[in-house]
Amino acid sequence: MSKLILSRRGFLSVSATAASGLALAGCDVLDGIAGGGSVRDVLASANDLTYRVQRMLAGDALAQEFTEADIRQPQRPNGVTAPDDATYKSLQSGGFADWRLEVKGLVEKPLSLTLAQLQAMPARTQITRHDCVEGWSCIAKWTGVPLSLVLDEAQVKPQARYVVFHCLDTIERDLSGDVKYYGSIDMIDARHPQTILAYGLNGKPLPVENGAPLRARVERQLGYKMPKYLSAIELVDSLAPIGLGRGGYWEDRGYDWFAGI
Amino acid sequence: MSTQPATHSVTIVPPVVSTGDLVRRQSLLTRITHATWAIAMFFLLLSGLQIFNARPTLYIGDQSGFAFDNSVLSMTAENTTEGPVGYTNVLGHRFDTSGVLGMSWNGNRPVARGFPAWATIPSYQDLATGRVVHFFFAWVLVFTLAVWLVGSLVNRHLVRDLAPRLRDIRDLPRDVATHARFRFHRTRSYGPLQKLSYLAVLFVFLPLIILTGLSMSPTMNAAMPFLPEMFGGRQTARTLHFVAMLLLVGFFVVHMLMVVAAGPFNEIRSIVTGWYRTDPPRGPSGKDEAQA
Repeated sequence: MSKLILSRRGFLSVSATAASGLALAGCDVLDGIAGGGSVRDVLASANDLTYRVQRMLAGDALAQEFTEADIRQPQRPNGVTAPDDATYKSLQSGGFADWRLEVKGLVEKPLSLTLAQLQAMPARTQITRHDCVEGWSCIAKWTGVPLSLVLDEAQVKPQARYVVFHCLDTIERDLSGDVKYYGSIDMIDARHPQTILAYGLNGKPLPVENGAPLRARVERQLGYKMPKYLSAIELVDSLAPIGLGRGGYWEDRGYDWFAGI
Repeated sequence: MSTQPATHSVTIVPPVVSTGDLVRRQSLLTRITHATWAIAMFFLLLSGLQIFNARPTLYIGDQSGFAFDNSVLSMTAENTTEGPVGYTNVLGHRFDTSGVLGMSWNGNRPVARGFPAWATIPSYQDLATGRVVHFFFAWVLVFTLAVWLVGSLVNRHLVRDLAPRLRDIRDLPRDVATHARFRFHRTRSYGPLQKLSYLAVLFVFLPLIILTGLSMSPTMNAAMPFLPEMFGGRQTARTLHFVAMLLLVGFFVVHMLMVVAAGPFNEIRSIVTGWYRTDPPRGPSGKDEAQA
């Protein structure tokens, strides 16, 4: 009997230790996961599985589209909303007449397109829900030229695997200089019919806070995959030379490259 | 470590004298999937609260109201003349939840955040890592559920141990009464309330939290537009994801109380080894037996 009690006592002290371990866990014991260590890399590899499974399930399916009645508020801006870069400001003061979209990299025919040229191309208008990684959503009407049309014009080389977006807005200033926003998508999203280079929002020209003169819309991913203030799109076969090598500004700061969830 | 005389324990821990049979109650599959869930749910909860903190407001409908108000829950912080205060706003009612929700302390420094540092992974604001942890363990949860479901159909755990029978429905009122008095019958099979709560977790709460989670995914919205629609829009799905979390946390609290109340040693033994000591056969005098 006493043996039983001792073992019960032993059990209780073990469980008390375990319980305090659990209570501590939320504090900072598990903060090690956040570092760039191998544990985080293993956990992050689940995103590759998500990418494969979601690509398989979604195929070419279109993102949900909504009606005019669902547009109940201005599109909520996020990230940089007023670039204070000299280049951007001078382009802005000139009504973006001197602005160009460069299409470069793995293309047969590099392009330098004016806003007027982009607006002269066949347009697509879609009312979609913008989902921010923070958790909020906002429905708005976007008008722009399908990215696939621009890619066709530039004649993408077969070895191209990603479209990289280069932007005019400085999102971070550090010791190594200004970091301008950048991001990337794969060719499946690049060729998706709802992936547009948008110059219109809710029936008006795209406002500065939402990315004037041109921003990407990638409707099946989260907001951080849709760069604003575009200056160039570059076709590449590897993301390694871009930024810190993970394919985007936020990706280089720990966010998943595929933001389908 | 434990150098106290054993006599002390007798007063702290009332000895449970059980002379019933040791039975093999949980199969290896049940124990492994149970342990995996426990770990996965722990990480999912704490990383989920981290993700919630990135926008500690819940809405109803497809979108979040910025020019209108469709929020049902929010956690906010304010500076008042008496110092920083944290509020939790639920359906138009405001509660002071300083120190825990809305505003909590990092040492001497007040921090405006939904859930406090001790309830999130990582402890500080890090949405990117919260998402990495959350989606890894979401896969673990779904994979384990699939293994459990197939295995429990094959080894008949589901039909034999979990499916309620007519007798369970008949015994339900009595089971409620004995639970209310914290008196438990230790038998090889689960009681009616036990069956119902496990079935609710496995076939209602977990599917609800998985489906509402998927409803928040923009790619899944394209693949299965009925997902957010069936919950009343993406933001309602996010709210229901939170509600399902509360239901699971509620289950966990009761589940732990039951383990302690029903005899933690015996319960932990069956959780770990599968062996469970049942109550001695009822009615040793023969009198009760006649009544039973």
